[in-house]
Amino acid sequence: MEYAKKGDWVRIHNIVLTPEERAPQVPEDTKLVPLEMWTKGFLIDDEAKIGDTVTVETYIGRKVSGKLIEINPYYKHDFGKCVPELLYIGRQLRGILEGGDKIE
Amino acid sequence: MARKKEIMKQAVGIDYDEFETGGISFDYERMMRETGYTLQEMQEIQKETGVGNTPILELKNLTELARSLAPKGKGARIFIKDEAANPSGSFKARRAAISVYHAKKLGYKGVIAATSGNYGAAVASQAAMRGLKCIIVQECYDSRGVGQPEIIEKARKCEAFGAEVVQLTVGPELFYTFLRLLEDTGYFNASLYTPFGIAGVETLGYEIAMQFREKEGRDPDVVVATNAGGGNLTGTARGLIKAGALNTKIVGASVNLQGLHMASDKQFNRKSFTTGHTGFGIPFTTWPDRSDVPRSAARPLRYLDRYVTVNQGEVFYITEALAQVEGIERGPAGNTSLAAAFSIAQELDQDKIVLVQETEYTGAGKHIQPQLTFAKENGIEIIIGNPKNEVPGENIILPEHPSLIKARDIDLNKLRKSYIKNCIEIMKVDSLTEEEIEFLAEDCKSNKEFVINTLRELNINI
Repeated sequence: MEYAKKGDWVRIHNIVLTPEERAPQVPEDTKLVPLEMWTKGFLIDDEAKIGDTVTVETYIGRKVSGKLIEINPYYKHDFGKCVPELLYIGRQLRGILEGGDKIE
Repeated sequence: MARKKEIMKQAVGIDYDEFETGGISFDYERMMRETGYTLQEMQEIQKETGVGNTPILELKNLTELARSLAPKGKGARIFIKDEAANPSGSFKARRAAISVYHAKKLGYKGVIAATSGNYGAAVASQAAMRGLKCIIVQECYDSRGVGQPEIIEKARKCEAFGAEVVQLTVGPELFYTFLRLLEDTGYFNASLYTPFGIAGVETLGYEIAMQFREKEGRDPDVVVATNAGGGNLTGTARGLIKAGALNTKIVGASVNLQGLHMASDKQFNRKSFTTGHTGFGIPFTTWPDRSDVPRSAARPLRYLDRYVTVNQGEVFYITEALAQVEGIERGPAGNTSLAAAFSIAQELDQDKIVLVQETEYTGAGKHIQPQLTFAKENGIEIIIGNPKNEVPGENIILPEHPSLIKARDIDLNKLRKSYIKNCIEIMKVDSLTEEEIEFLAEDCKSNKEFVINTLRELNINI
């Protein structure tokens, strides 16, 4: 079991609104799910494990409570996998530019 | 939510009631004048934080391609204004520069912005420079906890500038969370719709005119600006007008996402564009005052000469084209107008000039490859074919030949009528004064006759 200690940089999660509390104008599928919130901060509690309710101090100094979900959160976005469908574009355009290809 | 008006007044520092002239109308120009800054003041403010004076690049290979596809003698020169060169990587820096300056001047300790787009990073970057705290509230995830890579990258960028980022699942209640934060912190609402937020873009329009006069001895014939909330287009048009570029045609461009509901949990991750699309473009054009402030300074119908859409696949294609034949890598969303311009240039004579008014930065998540990878992983089919067959939420169609890229017109008169209808219904009026009719004519760039005819169709007394 991984523990976070006071001062660790962590990510927390909260339910802001339950499905019942949602605004009346939201579409049907959104009505069925809660409004959720995530933020990051430095752990204020001495020690906590994933799933505990904790208090953190956000980067700008605000205190927020929530469920601990990640320690040392990292960014998972990347440059993606190869998308072979894109590969024709460069050669096609170079072909038109070099070949003086005309289309009516 | 009941305290909304008071919270907003505190958080923006403007008493909007001062500009109401009764019923539907309000004094737009006075609001812009009295609550804004002069063009010169804004240029000074932006200069202080390294914003503006971005390069204009001529896209010679794309121009040649357009000419090879166009009828003989057609194929205007295509230029682009590299707004990615601004700190934080987009033209939004111009808006943030003024908003954050204003917040500091008024004595606020921090700024908050509700945005999943480039505006967040722009505000965070300016706040860092001016020594203010910053919170950015984003709509980022669906109920599976799956987040759009483009938005996650923007969260990263805001955090890189020392801001706190609050991420939410999809839904309009973001506004409620945002109001709570404003109330709790007492920070400034760096709204996209305040007069100074819009006016910050005027320097962009002004620069375009000045740069072209110096470089080419004349104003561009057409300026294409991406349109969503309306601020980009409004500010640019106002700047061009202030520079005296009165013959330049203003064209708005949006990515076509028709059929998708912006607040739907299931559809949220079935689109590849967070903004610059019809999901915002159409509602905000036909009812600008739906924004977070009582009277939006973003009023695109006042300035639009033409409004076109392009499809997702066309924007992805042109982004790849920009890299492959012009040697410039830029984010896809920032190329919405470029896709439209590539088509529009083919309608114009070769001696004409089309200017694409922006670019945005590119990086992990904010790039055609991760965005298309994400689309595939979320059940979207990537096809090479005819983009006119694209169905948002189901597929993305990359044009099998560049000649298939087409800017498709939206009927502006239909939008104008929709706008007038919304004014009547939302403001709940059953008769209008002369003054209100004049206001409507100005606010949707039409004339009294058009307004009166529309009102007659709606059975409204004059």
